Amino acid sequence: MAKYIGKRLLYMIISLWMIVTATFFFMRIAPGNPFASEKKLPPEIEANLNAHFGLDKPWYAQYWEYLVRIVNWDFGPSFKYKSQTVNDLINEGFPVSFLLGMEAIFIAVAIGVLLGIIAALKHNRWPDYTAMIIAVLGISVPSFIMASFLQYFLAIKMGIFPVARWETFMHSVLPALALASTPMAFIARLTRSSMLEVLANDYIKTAKSKGLSSGVITVKHTIRNALLPVVTYMGPLTAGILTGSFVIEKIFGIPGLGAHFVTSINNRDYTVIMGVTVFYSILLLVSILLVDIAYGIIDPRIKLAGGKKGE
Amino acid sequence: MNKRLSIFFSMLLVLSMFLAACSGGGDNASDGGEKGGDEGDGGKSDVPQELRVNINTEPPSLNPGLAEDSTSGTVLRQILEGLTRIGQDGKPENAMAEDVQISEDQKTYTFKIRDANWSNGDPVTANDFVYAWKWALDPANNSTYAYQLYYIEGAEAANTGEGSLDAVGVKAVDDKTLEVKLVNPTPYFLELTAFYTYLPVNSKIAESNAEWATDAGENFTTNGPFHMTEWSHSDKIVLEKSETYWDAETVKLDKIEMIMINDPNTELSMFDNGELDWAGAPTGALPTDAMQALKDDGRLVTNPIAGIYNYKFNTTVEPFNNVNIRKAFAHAINRQEIIDNILQGEQLPAMAIVPPSMFEENKEGYFPDNDVEAAKEFLQKGLEELGYKDASELPAVTLSYNTSEAHQKIAQAIQDMWKQNLGVEVNLDNAEWNVFLDKVNTMDYQVARMGWLGDFNDAMNFLEMYRDADGGNNNTGWESKEFQDLLAKSATETDADARQQLLKDAEAIFMEDMPVAPIYFYTNNWVQAENLKDVVVSGLGDVQYKWAYFE
Repeated sequence: MAKYIGKRLLYMIISLWMIVTATFFFMRIAPGNPFASEKKLPPEIEANLNAHFGLDKPWYAQYWEYLVRIVNWDFGPSFKYKSQTVNDLINEGFPVSFLLGMEAIFIAVAIGVLLGIIAALKHNRWPDYTAMIIAVLGISVPSFIMASFLQYFLAIKMGIFPVARWETFMHSVLPALALASTPMAFIARLTRSSMLEVLANDYIKTAKSKGLSSGVITVKHTIRNALLPVVTYMGPLTAGILTGSFVIEKIFGIPGLGAHFVTSINNRDYTVIMGVTVFYSILLLVSILLVDIAYGIIDPRIKLAGGKKGE
Repeated sequence: MNKRLSIFFSMLLVLSMFLAACSGGGDNASDGGEKGGDEGDGGKSDVPQELRVNINTEPPSLNPGLAEDSTSGTVLRQILEGLTRIGQDGKPENAMAEDVQISEDQKTYTFKIRDANWSNGDPVTANDFVYAWKWALDPANNSTYAYQLYYIEGAEAANTGEGSLDAVGVKAVDDKTLEVKLVNPTPYFLELTAFYTYLPVNSKIAESNAEWATDAGENFTTNGPFHMTEWSHSDKIVLEKSETYWDAETVKLDKIEMIMINDPNTELSMFDNGELDWAGAPTGALPTDAMQALKDDGRLVTNPIAGIYNYKFNTTVEPFNNVNIRKAFAHAINRQEIIDNILQGEQLPAMAIVPPSMFEENKEGYFPDNDVEAAKEFLQKGLEELGYKDASELPAVTLSYNTSEAHQKIAQAIQDMWKQNLGVEVNLDNAEWNVFLDKVNTMDYQVARMGWLGDFNDAMNFLEMYRDADGGNNNTGWESKEFQDLLAKSATETDADARQQLLKDAEAIFMEDMPVAPIYFYTNNWVQAENLKDVVVSGLGDVQYKWAYFE
């Protein structure tokens, strides 16, 4: 196990290096620069700025500087937001996105799995159809439409929740729901189909014929096996949701990390682009690793270390 | 079967608990909402003087020397005060300066600083201005807006590293007297001293702490009507009335909450829900789709501002190297139709380059809007001069704009007008902002959209950029000796009317050559709480809350 994890960590570092390298070069190939604006700077000032931020150095020097910065976990100042460093942006934005994301994941998993189980147990009866209609709506309605819809009905028309902002728990409910709707629907469908598959297995029939109660069968035999695909999906979902959603954060005015992924690129804010990319990549790689480890715990048939050797 | 049912019901129970939790919490929020409502309708005697506005984004910098955008400007204008301030009538009035003496040649200004204090009790001195201005000019500090100070003698040389900061023509004669020497007589200099690059900085603090402007707190001392008590980055800024402000009795608002929401629909929803007192320009934006409805309700406030939306021609490539072709394209645009159907914000059709707030007669402009007949004649003439028989022989014309729904709709409308009116096929070329700027700056375009907003209330703002073909903001490749001479003359002219005439003549030459097709003059559109009074929005679109109050 330790050997396996060590190997995976090495792969992760290599992946990270490749991501950083690709991002660095794509970023520099893109036309424009962090100081471009409608009112063009006098050339002397622009040259001065380039020198200050080290943009006048040859690319390999800049590239090396970046790698050193990443290793030290110091991404430097933001070009655009002069009051903050990139580390500040991440340190302030991530907790917000994290909280919102956890809430959304909780909703998505709780309701999604529940709907999926109900649908599978009541296969081809009205609870199934109801659950799947909800799921289809959740998948096909984009989150920004869901967000406006929730804002309009629950905040403006019914006055239950505030329209936007990030202050109290009440403020977080609508964005969390909007953020959760698509993964929730996805999880519901995933749970349903794998439940149905499991339910058709011989060992379920055996359990039934043994006279086990349907509750025990569902909890002990069916759900446990049916959740594997959901766990697989959880890895990338967690990384994606925890780092914040640009659209949801914009609509609800949430000071999270999500906005920086898009605005930093529009601003050509090189240091921020690099910082958030590295941060997101690490989160993604770690959560994928955790999912792989979780497999082994849920399904003892999957042997992490053994699988490789067998090949 | 029974057990299966029981599981189903227990699941239902979980679901209903979840829903109950939602609605349970919901009561609290609706209580809050009602309270908010009561505040608005409450007794007139004790209306809370608390303003909630949206400023869209995090201000990139609240150090006046580094600020370069309107969001930072909006915050700075409330918390710091310059030598002058643009008053309620739109004219500069004395602020930190108690008295201004202008020399005979209009090149030396002597400001007497009034007895005023920073929020920590330090007196505001002439040195605070000298410090702030020289700091911005110091090339080591990388101020991108330092060129706003180039009107001062020696400033440009110091900023570009050719001269020394000591040679800059600004000097504290004593603690309360500031002497400024200018390069040219600059009739709008007292407007400039209200601009944010000219704001003072508490030199006692800034000298010892370079990071003074990154957060609210004791290092961020202010001398304006409001003091910043909270700055949570990318979330909100809270300003409170400053008790140390020299004119504190005029200030009625106790608190301003500036939130940062970059979504027009949310902004309007929050306003409708009583969570904001103002939605729309100049600090935020309204969704275009809602304009008509707001207009019908009679809620929309429209205010013209000094800004222009135009299409630049690349005068170095065919066919736009020909003046008649340029004129044909400029005449064949139906501006009013674009305003009525696309923009819907009561903008003014532009048939001139300087906004009407500076040149009154530009409401009419130099030619009629949508003059298709003239356009066809110009086209014919242009085609002959270029040696083409027919419009279809013209080289392919490409119209470039940066990604935005409004730019795209306008471009499509104009593409259609040019096809209908001139029979010219036009390709649209959409690019991301930075890519687009790169194209325009390297003249890799034929027709490109551009906007320009004035920094100060003078026609020079809109003409100066076209002086030199290789000037940073010209981008058309156009220049004219006559135009340059007139601008040069205006710089030394001390008589205001004569100077105005010189600038008008310059504009006439520009319009005769038409390197730019003006489309419309900007307006600010917003909705505000009914009992909110005296928020002052200047002709440049700068907002001030110094005089604002709730009735």
